Amino acid sequence: MMKRVLMILLFLASPVWAVQPDEVLEDPALEARAREISKDLRCLVCRNESIDDSNADLARDLRLLVRERLVAGDSNEEVKTFLVDRYGEYVLLNPRMGGSNWILWGAGPAMLILGGVGGIAYLRRRSRAAAPGEAALSEDESKRLDEIMNR
Amino acid sequence: MYPARLLLDAPGCALITRGMIAELGHFALILAFVTACLQMIVPLVGAQKRWPGWMAFAEPAANLQFMLTLVAFAALTYAFVTSDFSLQLVVLNSHSAKPMLYKVTGVWGNHEGSMLLWVLIVTLFGAMAQWFGGNLPPTMRARILAVQGSIGAAFFAFILFTSNPFIRMQVPPFDGQDLNPLLQDPGLAFHPPFLYLGYVGLSMSFSFAVAALIEGRVDAAWGRWVRPWTLAAWMFLTVGIGLGSWWAYYELGWGGFWFWDPVENASFMPWLIAAALLHSAIVVEKRESLKSWTVLLAIIAFGFSLVGAFITRSGIITSVHAFATDPERGVFLLLILGVFVGGALTLYAARAGVMEAKGVFGLVSRESALVFNNILLGVSAFVVFIGTIWPLVSEMFFDRKLSVGAPFFNQAFTPFMVVLGLILPIGAMLPWKRARLGRTVRGLWPAAVLALAVGALIWAIQTERSALGPLGLMLGTWLVAGAVTDLMSRTGRGGNRLGRLARLPRADWGKAVAHGGLGVTMAGIAGLLAWEVEDIRVVQTGESFDVAGFTLTLQAVERVPGPNYVSTMGIVELSKNGERISNLTPEKRVYPVAGQPTTEAAIDNGFLRDVYVVIGDPQEGGGWAMRTYYKPLANWIWGGAILMALGGALSLSDRRYRVAAGARKAPMQGVPAE
Repeated sequence: MMKRVLMILLFLASPVWAVQPDEVLEDPALEARAREISKDLRCLVCRNESIDDSNADLARDLRLLVRERLVAGDSNEEVKTFLVDRYGEYVLLNPRMGGSNWILWGAGPAMLILGGVGGIAYLRRRSRAAAPGEAALSEDESKRLDEIMNR
Repeated sequence: MYPARLLLDAPGCALITRGMIAELGHFALILAFVTACLQMIVPLVGAQKRWPGWMAFAEPAANLQFMLTLVAFAALTYAFVTSDFSLQLVVLNSHSAKPMLYKVTGVWGNHEGSMLLWVLIVTLFGAMAQWFGGNLPPTMRARILAVQGSIGAAFFAFILFTSNPFIRMQVPPFDGQDLNPLLQDPGLAFHPPFLYLGYVGLSMSFSFAVAALIEGRVDAAWGRWVRPWTLAAWMFLTVGIGLGSWWAYYELGWGGFWFWDPVENASFMPWLIAAALLHSAIVVEKRESLKSWTVLLAIIAFGFSLVGAFITRSGIITSVHAFATDPERGVFLLLILGVFVGGALTLYAARAGVMEAKGVFGLVSRESALVFNNILLGVSAFVVFIGTIWPLVSEMFFDRKLSVGAPFFNQAFTPFMVVLGLILPIGAMLPWKRARLGRTVRGLWPAAVLALAVGALIWAIQTERSALGPLGLMLGTWLVAGAVTDLMSRTGRGGNRLGRLARLPRADWGKAVAHGGLGVTMAGIAGLLAWEVEDIRVVQTGESFDVAGFTLTLQAVERVPGPNYVSTMGIVELSKNGERISNLTPEKRVYPVAGQPTTEAAIDNGFLRDVYVVIGDPQEGGGWAMRTYYKPLANWIWGGAILMALGGALSLSDRRYRVAAGARKAPMQGVPAE
């Protein structure tokens, strides 16, 4: 975490943080939507920061753009599409499902299924191995056991 | 024999001057590299040929390696403390006016110095394996130390050839360029050392795994030996990650605690795998099953530590933390990663068949619960891994330049943790070998009812419609109540249960405390994300405003000089219902030498909530920009991490490890005459 701190400030001239008081929209509902969208958009000149967190000038421009589109009546998805059309899908912090991204989204569930099947197969093997081991008291052993029990 | 001696005897070097200390450190580092190379080869040959002398070589070598690295580290620290600006590293990262604490911590606030800290810990663990490894069979011990030596050798070579901290300046400047102001924080003193103790601690699990593969022996004893090391590494990682998260929370100015940044993920993946490993090692220890899986996990765990080093230091994956973006270092680290993980996996492929499982257990048993724990932790680590490297893979193979950030991880990772939290209390109470689910679940009824009641109550009283808060607190309650149920169930029936509770093995306490801690952290994260209130506004001096039921008054803004910075400090009174709670002093600092500003948030800490205030720039129309947050349950996140680490420490102090550690000495005392 310590270097996050470092890099953030390499990109600013003045020590301010992300959303400025003058950016905030009058309508709280619209503002909430703007914040929500901002969290999913990458500040293009920063390293892995959303425009909601970033102090960079470009991030501010994008935040204002998002709000402009919202005031113009765009839906959340339309705002994102608007930005993807201009900046490419690099701007999205949450990669869209589809195409090669299925690998990304499917990797976890696929591994879970694989691990689950493998795990259950292993457990069944271990539990089946149990059966012969337990029934394997030979006649002598059973006799001896009886002797002990009845002593 | 010792470097100091050599130097003193050399002609013209009768006096060790201040400038020479650095040379001494450099020389010690080279000698440590040579020692590590020898330690890598001699004991390994000795163990193969059964030559006791060659095997015994590992012990003094491990000690010497540690001593020499300590000398090198001390020399570098001395250079920083005395502001020796003939060293390039000191010039780039220090300043004579910097407070002493940050002169010392500045040693590892940079790439080269932090690598030196890294190898210091590698050699420390090597030496500790020798100090505490008395009960290990001689061949095993020799092999473990040889593998540990090889890890040391690789990193000494990395430091000496690509990241030498002892490089001199042609012309020493008058003063240094100062450490990045954001790193001038007590957080730097503790966060990296703990993190490295964790990362590097996993090298011990790796060495044990490789030694066991060479030996062809993995049994209950091996499980007992490897578990404390893994437990210690996991504990240190927990503390390190927790400290880093807390540091980011108070330092960054908006109170984020986790960003899913590649470098954070780099520490999180080994943590998840180490958690899986310390659970599967229990199965090896108690039931002699899951052996080859445990060995594989030990290799992967350290593999992820190396991946972490690669991500942090190669600059291949863009991260806000990236230390250095030097391709040469990246290639070197990739080589180390390839050799160690590739080599170990090859050995594993050749030898895994030798490890035959002995224990037999039913489909419903503690063993199978631990298998599911491992699947969930392993898959969640894999999801983090895929998400971290996906931008790279996608660009290389699919020609799609894209980003993977927090929203992805929140969606793809969280479900696994929720499932883990749901099954944990049940799995933790299932008996070994063969269990009946119904019986265990019956014991947990009160815990489940309590959790549901808490969830329902919070759902009813909260004003928002978000399900996150109630669900998170329900899960947290379920985990904590489950841990308590687990502890109580071990005290049996009848009277004096409290007395028996106090006398339970520390491992039982450790387990319950760590599991409860996980619940506390989960509840904290959910509460903070669900109910946080943010307020951004321009405030005139003397003006009051309300946030989440609290009243804040900006009484004044003052300029306050610090040791190597100038601060703009707001004085804010925090009150509720007219009663003053505290005075908060958020600051904005400017460090003239480094030419950088920082924000210092002011936080009023509470058990159930934090109030977090940040002051920004003066506005054109007068007044100051201010950000205020109401952060419910924030401290639970780190409180839970402390509990988890404490649980690890309790487990580590369990009698059976202490007894095992002293096993070699026991026969020496003889049996008293009866």
